[in-house]
Amino acid sequence: MPAVLQCPGYPEAKLRCLAESLQCREVQASTLLALMGEPQQYSYPSVFIYGHRATGKSHVVLALLTELELPHAAMSCVECFSRGLLFEQVLMALFGPEAAALLPRCASFSDFVRVYRQMCAQEPADQTRYIVLERAELLRNMEANLLPGLLRLQELVDDNVTVILLSEIVWDKFRPSTGCFEPLLLHFPDYTKAELQQILSRHSHPSYTPELYSSYINILLGVFYSVCRDLRELRHLAALNFTKFCEPLEKGEAQESDTHKLWRRVEPHLKRAMQTVYLREVSSVQWEQQQMDEKEATALRGLSAHAHVELPYYSKFLLIAAYLASYNPARTDRRFFLKHHGKIKKTNFLKKHEKTSNHLLGPKPFPLDRLLAIFYSVVDSRVAPTASIFSQISSLVTLQLLTHIGHDDQLDTPKYKCAVSLDFIFAISRTVNFDIVRYLYDFL
Amino acid sequence: MTTSSVSKGCFVFKPDLKKRKRTVDIGKERFSICRSLWEKIKTDTEILQDELNKKILDSLLEFIKKCTSSFQCRSDEWSCLMRASEIPTAALVLGVNVPDHDMTFQSLSDLLQESVTPFAVSVQAKECSGMPKSNLMQKLLERLMGVRVTEEEYEEDPSLSGVPLQQKRVSCSIGALCQWYKAVTNVRKHIKFSPGKYCSLENDVLQCPPIVVIFKDFEAFNPHVLQDFIFICSRYIQELPLLLVFGIATSPCTIQHMLPHSVSSLLCIELFQSLSCTQHLATVIDKLILTAEFPFKLSGKVLQVLVNIFLYHDFSVRNFVKGLQLALLEHFHSQPLSVLCCKKKHALLNAQKLSHQHLEMLRQLPSFMRYVEAQEPQEQVQLLTSDKYVKEVCQKLLKDIRKYHKNYYCILRCLSSLTSSLPKYPLGKHIRELHMSCLERNIWETNEYESAIQLLRLLAKDELVATLKKCADILKPCKTKKMNSVLQQLEDYIVKLEHLDSKFITLLEMKGSRRTKKMTPFEMLKNEALDFIDCFVRSHLSPPELQPLHEVCYYSSSGFLRQHLNATPRTSIQTALSQPFYYLQNENLKTDAGTVSSSAPDICIVYKLHLECGRLINLYDWLEAYATVVSGAEGKDPDSEEYGKVDELKHARFIKAVSELEFLGFVKSTKQKTDHVARLTWGGC
Repeated sequence: MPAVLQCPGYPEAKLRCLAESLQCREVQASTLLALMGEPQQYSYPSVFIYGHRATGKSHVVLALLTELELPHAAMSCVECFSRGLLFEQVLMALFGPEAAALLPRCASFSDFVRVYRQMCAQEPADQTRYIVLERAELLRNMEANLLPGLLRLQELVDDNVTVILLSEIVWDKFRPSTGCFEPLLLHFPDYTKAELQQILSRHSHPSYTPELYSSYINILLGVFYSVCRDLRELRHLAALNFTKFCEPLEKGEAQESDTHKLWRRVEPHLKRAMQTVYLREVSSVQWEQQQMDEKEATALRGLSAHAHVELPYYSKFLLIAAYLASYNPARTDRRFFLKHHGKIKKTNFLKKHEKTSNHLLGPKPFPLDRLLAIFYSVVDSRVAPTASIFSQISSLVTLQLLTHIGHDDQLDTPKYKCAVSLDFIFAISRTVNFDIVRYLYDFL
Repeated sequence: MTTSSVSKGCFVFKPDLKKRKRTVDIGKERFSICRSLWEKIKTDTEILQDELNKKILDSLLEFIKKCTSSFQCRSDEWSCLMRASEIPTAALVLGVNVPDHDMTFQSLSDLLQESVTPFAVSVQAKECSGMPKSNLMQKLLERLMGVRVTEEEYEEDPSLSGVPLQQKRVSCSIGALCQWYKAVTNVRKHIKFSPGKYCSLENDVLQCPPIVVIFKDFEAFNPHVLQDFIFICSRYIQELPLLLVFGIATSPCTIQHMLPHSVSSLLCIELFQSLSCTQHLATVIDKLILTAEFPFKLSGKVLQVLVNIFLYHDFSVRNFVKGLQLALLEHFHSQPLSVLCCKKKHALLNAQKLSHQHLEMLRQLPSFMRYVEAQEPQEQVQLLTSDKYVKEVCQKLLKDIRKYHKNYYCILRCLSSLTSSLPKYPLGKHIRELHMSCLERNIWETNEYESAIQLLRLLAKDELVATLKKCADILKPCKTKKMNSVLQQLEDYIVKLEHLDSKFITLLEMKGSRRTKKMTPFEMLKNEALDFIDCFVRSHLSPPELQPLHEVCYYSSSGFLRQHLNATPRTSIQTALSQPFYYLQNENLKTDAGTVSSSAPDICIVYKLHLECGRLINLYDWLEAYATVVSGAEGKDPDSEEYGKVDELKHARFIKAVSELEFLGFVKSTKQKTDHVARLTWGGC
């Protein structure tokens, strides 16, 4: 029996309807309602709601606002990537396009406040206005005055307005160093397994009984709950694999009551789905196609199966040289690339911090001349330092096999890092018959 | 020529009219031949590219059409409602030869415009740098809306003429795009009923064409921009039929590297892999170089340079064709007799028209001189004196070289098909390797050829018959008389070999024969066939250098190509600094190797002096040395007191030269010693 939402000032029927659609989020919804108060009452200036992805933050807020027909402006900060866009959308949603047209180009926050006040004087609020900002963490990257300003917007525009910020990050990461008005914090916890089961089971397939679907969801959660609690993703996976689950029923090989048999049939399939379609190795369309063709597992190769990259001969050596430069300490170059280096024992010339594996520490930056010096000593023939050798380095950077360290403007002694994995470099050096292990300090 | 004028004006000297006319004529002729050949190369490569890309582009189009129709019939079916709406995405893996991609994308967007949607936009990473997110969005909206609105067919429509004005106000967001899209598709629906140019399009495609966004160089994009873009798009996917195409140069794994799961879960990615660039090159070489159709030829070394640049440096077929173009231009530019390098009829006509001057040049050709020496003395005299006779001989030789080419390529393909399946590829895996070694020397004298023939002798009967049949298939389209006779004989051998089957060679018999070292009929026949192959290889695969007049159609200066295609900036700088005469061509600067004249530019003197120093250079010593050298140039008496003294002018010149050297990266200031600079190059001069 779902808890009934109660709040004076709103029609009972609508609240009941809301309670239906906001399953498992009754507590949060009623807290929010309590905060909002009656429509005409002033509400708290700003509310900060946080919780993981797909925990119903936007859903609850937007459902409340639309169902109760409260004036609101809802937008995502990803979309409004500049403050001008944000102001425009807010004014458009609250006061219509004429208000948005009043904003000057490159509107500042005070412009926004001025226009808001102006519009507000024309149409004073008889109900609380709400501004909902999804993915509010992106506000931090915009102008420094934007977030503190929005938090006390009520005060600034002298209107009955509440700003609701939604984010996946906790408030502590938002607080500006200069201090600001503290919003009310509201946490949306993750759904529990039982709650997920309850929500997912609501949308049962029309041609099958809800019980069957519920048992299917149970199996699905058994496989996926450990890796994924994202409601949206789980529902997607449920839809993709349901036909496979029903296959024995369609063919008449099993009854709806044979849950064990059905489980046995579908479980390996779901496990495979976890490794392929869930990781987007295989697209959902291809996955469904495969189910229909009933060709098992062999036909489709995922994205990561095509890891092989063909490179020109010298690019391969440049990449190898870059890898060596990134993972060998510079002091050891003498040992690897000089013919008469003498005996250098590993233990003697090790510094303390170099005793840990360089592969665990990750690639280190190296200057261009070190890369070229190593390149000339590993490549088996004499290579002229032609322009195309240098252009190959920059094309390796654009292909993201090397990364350029520091700013692009720095022309003097550029530094790079090698961005490929050990397996990749093994594969590359095998194609040019270069035994890279002999040159890697970690494998001595 | 001189004038009596005392003013330092410009004078035009018109050359002798008659002389000019002739050279211009020949020059024009050469130019037009060169241009027509280049046009042919260009169209041929474009056609080739289209053919090679056809498969992948067709499947891509198929995918896009399928997605479009699934946008249309997004039903209320349960599974559709439950599934997260993903953005259909094609990952187009094109290989690392980035310069070649432009053509592919061009034909892709042409195809899209033609058959699926007018709304295909391609974006490049470098256009979207700077203010990242807004730039990408802005480019997208500009290209989509801008193009549509300026198109004439909608201009008379009042509902749409308002759109551009409105756009200026509405800032760039996908929301604006959505509105615009709805407006446009509504108009399209109206247009649909009027008979017009859209009849050919399918109905559903017509109604809501998808918006295709092509990311040309996926790797170069800023990951955050892409992530946000995809996120925004996914919010509008219900209203806006969006489709993404990622042009990937490395491997599809980059998608996973660049996009976190939360973003990649918004995509429905399908993979399309293109042909590898080496295969592409092989077809281009096959069509452009290994053919008698095309009169212009590359010598072995030149081909080697071009192929090496391809394999070692860039993998780019486009650059290979550019190199070919350069060789073509240079050949027609530098070789006056290249006027004979064209189609047979044309060439014979041109040979008839050759001037005395050109015929002299022809007589100077080494290959022609060799030819003359091989003739009877009487004939020699005639060849050296009579222009008319030379013209006749020239025509005959041109015909010969044409025939030689026809036979050469047939036999080359034959030999390649015979040997390409042998273990360890003694004559190379690709036909181009075989071609290059044939161009260099007599192939039958090499050890590799020897071992290939040995390996062929070891083939079993059915294998041998199969390879010979392949050979015969290759020879069939060749129309020359000699090839026909070769084909005839080859077919005879095949028949004979097959006929042996009926004679039933038992294993016992074979064993017996091995013991007695007596050859079985099969072995005898096999040896006969292989000897025959060897014989026709010897007669037709001789290197072109032995052909008289080969200079006319073979371009052979590989050094020129290497210098221009594979530039060495550092070597040029060093040459400029150490031998200023090389570039300035001033007689005063001519010196022996290793020394620099004292009248050379300041930077050259400073450079030369700095080579004599160690890792750290004392600036004052350097200045003194410089002043001494420069004083020498001024012609001062070495014994006077003024000699070698540093005055302000010299000081300034020195400082300027040093800072130029620093700019070029030879020295830099160092913190170790304040009055020193560090030398950045190592080794002696």
